[in-house]
Amino acid sequence: MATYLQLVHQVKHALRLGMLETGDRLPTAKEVVEKLAINPNTVSKAYRELEREGLVTGKPGLGTFVTRTLGGAGLADHARLRRELQNWIHAGREAGLDIEDLEALFALVIGDSFREGIA
Amino acid sequence: MTIEQGTDMPAFETTGLGVRYRRNWALRDCSVSVPAGRVVALVGPNGAGKTTLLHTLVGLLAPTAGTARLFGHTVGQSEELLARMAFVAQDKPLYDSFTVADTLRFGKRLNLSWDDEFARRRIADLGISLRHKVGKLSGGQQAQVALTLALAKRPELLVLDEPLANLDPLARDDVMRALMGTVAETGMTVLLSSHVVSDLLNTCDWLVVLNGGRVQVSGDLEELLAEHRVLSGPAELADGLARRLQVVSDTRSDRQATLLAHVGTERLTLDSRWSERPVGLEELVLAYLRSPEASSLPRPSLATSA
Repeated sequence: MATYLQLVHQVKHALRLGMLETGDRLPTAKEVVEKLAINPNTVSKAYRELEREGLVTGKPGLGTFVTRTLGGAGLADHARLRRELQNWIHAGREAGLDIEDLEALFALVIGDSFREGIA
Repeated sequence: MTIEQGTDMPAFETTGLGVRYRRNWALRDCSVSVPAGRVVALVGPNGAGKTTLLHTLVGLLAPTAGTARLFGHTVGQSEELLARMAFVAQDKPLYDSFTVADTLRFGKRLNLSWDDEFARRRIADLGISLRHKVGKLSGGQQAQVALTLALAKRPELLVLDEPLANLDPLARDDVMRALMGTVAETGMTVLLSSHVVSDLLNTCDWLVVLNGGRVQVSGDLEELLAEHRVLSGPAELADGLARRLQVVSDTRSDRQATLLAHVGTERLTLDSRWSERPVGLEELVLAYLRSPEASSLPRPSLATSA
């Protein structure tokens, strides 16, 4: 995957999990490249893509700020769903499934669910 | 800070550049033009002419034919250019018996533009003592001192000849992170040569391939990767397909053919017996180096300085 898309995915991941919230400032291109040793244009490109998707906005001289979060449910629901998923995984391991079995089963069920339009 | 790209003025440009040492041409008919704000990888095997090209661009060598220009000025005709660019030679020349402090003082005296505060802060951030003798520093620290001297000039163009050679992986990463940070801050153009292609994938955004003194490839790295494909299919169909495309490398077995081709920006319509996949940077560079007659550049028109 292109490096700029990896950055886009990381930011979206953080938005989904509530690690980034509306109003938060994303690290500057300089901060990112000094950590990751990547080309600054890659960071600019990732931020432009996030801006195009309406998730962040660049304010000249100030930085790039989160304008919208991702994820359908609120964080309160997150905590509950996470607990339920932990219980499910626990039950799966009790039944003798390993990590790959569990991932495959999860991917299968999630795929079926969205195909059939089950809410 | 956003990096301005695609401004009209190229950072550097050569037209029909040639350099001859006695009877051998080290560079022949090199015409490249690179926009400002890019991080340019100059790659090629040993003896390809990389150092000769860099030396010509910074004015250490006079061309035998053609011209080299930085920011629109012909190299060697404008003293102002010296202050706008910095060059670190391959062996990172430093005086071993100087202390780091002496080295900085030396840099300050010899350069018209010099940001002493920046240089001292950078050395302190790196945890290098000003009192140490340069000769006693590690290879990575010496590389950082040499880079600090170059950066303290606050150049618009930084030219580095094999900056990562002889550095361990940690020191290479440190040097590249420092370099990328400065690019983000200042928007300067960087031209660096290397024969290790894998170091350059995420840091460079422009690729120049030099082989046997000639430029085979010069272009935006992402565009180059997008415009080349690896196609695999039945050998009996390969000739037909190869005629339609600009083939860089062509590997055949009895039944199977694998072509690495410059397909451009148009979508390929292929017989269903062909499969295609994107190309990796190292694979692309090696394919060009193995076929010195191949070129991604437009067929040579008579390049004259208009």
